[in-house]
Amino acid sequence: MKLPDKSCVMLDARAKIKDGNTVMIGGFGVPGTPMALIHALVAHGARNLTLVKNDANEPGMGVDHLLRSGQVARLITTHLGLKSHAIGLMNAGAIEVEFNPQGILAERIRAGGAGLGGILSDVGIGTELGDGKAVVDVAGKSYLVEAALRADVALIHADRADTFGNLAYVATARNFNPLMAMAADCVIAEVEQILPLGGLAPNDILTAGVFVDHVTELGALSEEYAVVRR
Amino acid sequence: MVARAAREITAGMIVNLGIGLPTKVVNHLPADFPVCLHTENSLTGIGPTLTPEQADRNLIDAGGAYVSTVAGSAFFDSATSFAIVRSGRLDLTMLGAFEVSAGGDLANWKIPGKFSPGVGGGIELAQKARRVVVLTTHTDREGNPKLIQACTLPLTARACVSRIFTDMAVVDVTAHGFALVEIADGISVQEVVEATGAPLILPDTPLPSF
Repeated sequence: MKLPDKSCVMLDARAKIKDGNTVMIGGFGVPGTPMALIHALVAHGARNLTLVKNDANEPGMGVDHLLRSGQVARLITTHLGLKSHAIGLMNAGAIEVEFNPQGILAERIRAGGAGLGGILSDVGIGTELGDGKAVVDVAGKSYLVEAALRADVALIHADRADTFGNLAYVATARNFNPLMAMAADCVIAEVEQILPLGGLAPNDILTAGVFVDHVTELGALSEEYAVVRR
Repeated sequence: MVARAAREITAGMIVNLGIGLPTKVVNHLPADFPVCLHTENSLTGIGPTLTPEQADRNLIDAGGAYVSTVAGSAFFDSATSFAIVRSGRLDLTMLGAFEVSAGGDLANWKIPGKFSPGVGGGIELAQKARRVVVLTTHTDREGNPKLIQACTLPLTARACVSRIFTDMAVVDVTAHGFALVEIADGISVQEVVEATGAPLILPDTPLPSF
């Protein structure tokens, strides 16, 4: 037996994205943000997108390109960043922003990837982020119902992959990537290196290839991946 | 105040330092101090901050600073990072504040119409760390008190703050409201009282200074 080959060029992978799609994008700041896939999505031009992304990146980087190109209708996030272009778009009513507590966003995505309908949590009870959510009592305690999140497409950045799409991450570039890689109908991973089957030790794999549809190797990394000099 | 706040960290703690002033607390800990620092973007065991020349492009803290690891550091994903927070593994978190109420309510994420970049991990830290202390200036830029009877801004969490370190004083949140426990060198009790927007319980004994 041989595991199927999912390696492809980025042009093929982006064809899966349609107008109106919900797109999860990994990353926390620069680390783990799939900069090249984001540029491919800008070039592809799909519009009216709902993005799920921890933060909105800094001006001129990452999802900021999608915000500037006007492709984003809605952003599900935790923190836009203090300098983000997204704050102005939100205040002008050009995009709708839904804030989630960071760990709750992670768990909603995890639940979506795990085939669950949602999670119960008391985080944000009594604050405006808890308003309007259903409350259930379990063993005498009140919890908010946090619905699972899934996406049409997830854009993932990993350090290494094999041709089956098994993924390995480095350092704080892991963040939301393994969770989002489980929670979309179509999962596209950009990686810094594709290895042949067997090139990743089974114990080093954090996302099993069964979750991944396409894996594409980055060439030389652009300046967007580099250390930010502030 | 930052140096004084650093003394709040005791050996063996797991600690999350919020963005801004709290991050500077680490500079006042001895290099070999036994403490585990957690950051929301999925690292325990934060090491010293690095210059751009030394930095690893994949290794930042939640504030975006390039940091390092220490012997024994661990990486995980964002769900695990907040499992650590929500399950009560954090002994202490130090957060910034726009307002703290006499009942310990914290508002630090949104000023409607002015500042609303999002809450990040703030709600979970404030609600779930075993001890929450605040580092802040005693008043805002216009001189308005930040320690007040009841918060006017959207809350981060209710009744979560135990202690507040400011440039003027150390103030505890007690069952009876704010209590002055220490005072900064060169500041009078009267000045602290006037800069505080709620009654301040004064001790019978002489106030320690810092």
